[in-house]
Amino acid sequence: MLQTAERGAAKESNAPHPRYLEAFRWMLQTRVFEEKLTSLYRGGQITGGVYIGRGQEAVSTACGLFLQKGDILAPLIRDQAARAAFGEPLINVTRTYLGSRQGPMRGRDGNIHRGCAEAGQLAMISHLGAMIPVVVGKLLAKKMKGEKGFVGLTTLGEGGMQTGATHEGLNMAAVEKVPFVVVVTNNHFAYSTTNDRQFACAHLVDRAPGYGYEGHKVDGTDLAACLEVIGGAVKRARDGGPPQLVVASTLRLAGHGEHDDASYVPPEMRKEAWAQDSVQRAEQLIIDRGLLDPETLKQWRAEVVAEVEKAVETAQREGAPVGNEEDWCALSTRELMDTIS
Amino acid sequence: MSVTYLEAIREAQARLLREDERVFIYGQDIAGKFGGAFKATKGLAEQFPGRVLNTPISEDAMVGTAIGAAMEGMRPIVEMQFADFSSIALNQLLNNAGTQYWRTQTSCPITVRLPSGGTKGSGPFHSQSMEGIYSHYPGLVVVAPATVEDAYTMLIDAVAIDDPVIYCEHKYLYYHLKADALPKDGLPIGKARVVRPGRDLSIVTYSAMVHEALAVAQQFNADGIEIEVVDLRSLKPLDTDTVLASVARTGRLLCVGEAFPWGGATAEVIARVATEGFHLLDAAPARINAKDTPIPYHPNLWTEHRPNAKTIAAKSRQILAE
Repeated sequence: MLQTAERGAAKESNAPHPRYLEAFRWMLQTRVFEEKLTSLYRGGQITGGVYIGRGQEAVSTACGLFLQKGDILAPLIRDQAARAAFGEPLINVTRTYLGSRQGPMRGRDGNIHRGCAEAGQLAMISHLGAMIPVVVGKLLAKKMKGEKGFVGLTTLGEGGMQTGATHEGLNMAAVEKVPFVVVVTNNHFAYSTTNDRQFACAHLVDRAPGYGYEGHKVDGTDLAACLEVIGGAVKRARDGGPPQLVVASTLRLAGHGEHDDASYVPPEMRKEAWAQDSVQRAEQLIIDRGLLDPETLKQWRAEVVAEVEKAVETAQREGAPVGNEEDWCALSTRELMDTIS
Repeated sequence: MSVTYLEAIREAQARLLREDERVFIYGQDIAGKFGGAFKATKGLAEQFPGRVLNTPISEDAMVGTAIGAAMEGMRPIVEMQFADFSSIALNQLLNNAGTQYWRTQTSCPITVRLPSGGTKGSGPFHSQSMEGIYSHYPGLVVVAPATVEDAYTMLIDAVAIDDPVIYCEHKYLYYHLKADALPKDGLPIGKARVVRPGRDLSIVTYSAMVHEALAVAQQFNADGIEIEVVDLRSLKPLDTDTVLASVARTGRLLCVGEAFPWGGATAEVIARVATEGFHLLDAAPARINAKDTPIPYHPNLWTEHRPNAKTIAAKSRQILAE
């Protein structure tokens, strides 16, 4: 036993970040889960779109991993890893995609739009940039109530950086001096549109000083770098620093949604350094440095597959929402619902 | 002592700030000694430090921030400088605030004050009445007080509601309307009021047009014609029962609204009366709205663009002759 513990400690010290293995496990779960989603989608088991974060697991995991109880996360469509790492149970996403009436949105909204209030996670709307001021408002309210030590984080893509709502929201966070982090993943395709038709500045991080933010660049395929930079930004904001803008570089290793074959991505682009698969890259590092022995790695994968299968089986057994049993009331003040006979 | 419509709005906010620590006011130019483009918050920032906050010119983010704060337990009041500028915040209001409870079962108690309607010389971008747009979408409560008393109690009630409320205050009434004192209580949101009883014609209206309708009713009274005037007070929910009861008494209906003519509150009232109270009607129902052009700047054009006592009287005669 002593020998094993010593060996474990020695391995741990080889890790490029103290939370590397923990983060990798969330990446692995996300990858396995999203591959399952894709397969269910292709088998016609999912109504509506499937949007996955393949290629962005390192960035996304780092977005969720450093948040604590009382913090706020406003995730977007490629943030399964962030949601999971910050405490959303896997059954929530499974139920949402499979249309279970026991899911958090009960069939009223689908796929990636769910929230998880008990885990500090907001339910996104599709309009990009719209969740930024909502995070600011949550943080402002916490500040007004005298709470301390909290932080809010939201994610965006390089496309979402170009909306008017984003501009207003980013500025508002700085004006209100709230502890705020925005992590932008430039995955080089906003649906099908390339960077040259999205922005004309040299690098998106150059916008940071213009908003009164501290800016950071990171290689989004390098888990250790993501943990270091995003973890650092979260700490800086939590400790009273100005708002933080992190810009990560990756390639989206899937379509915009699973309906999209991404045939517009030029093959030569897939050979770029920033096009590497962050999950494969982290797994290779774990093997190379002996952080986990192959047997343990295999066991982790088997555990993750079992978690995913269990969630899918559970959600598939549950009933779908029923129109004539639905409570068609959009107000919490029931007596103020307008009625037309 | 007398109180104007504008003072009633300021006094309601002062009371809300005093009695409920969750309340704060968020808007452009509302803080400091300035106290807002119309002075609806004058003196409040000094009286309630840190709770009346100036914002950047960012209507979308103002409402987004209020939504977040509301979901975190606060009761924000957002002042739009003019209702017209709330178009910038439509996305937050319609897609975020309006869908929040249905999607997540989280209440979103924000109150958004919209200085609405026309005044002379204000032109196309400082005169709009937007209640029709907000009423069309699910998840919002929409009110439009026509009296000093309602301006006061309905703002207090709006902030107490656990849902987003669009509070349309009429700029023309700010200084024109006076009451002797602030009321202790009022009719709840969602209830219309018969402000003048009659037996020959129902004029169903709201906001500043209530006063135009009352002027017409007074004028017709000299000829022995009794016009009943119904103030809707809330556009959503719409108090169809009070409207139908009025039409049951008079058999004739004219709806008047200051908003643009396509769709909107007047069309909704007529649709409901036609579907639920067809048998009550002795003549075809009619409506008067603003003209289907942007709102003109020059007073000579503006007074013709919106419904007024003259056009309401002419239309009333037409319905009564049927």
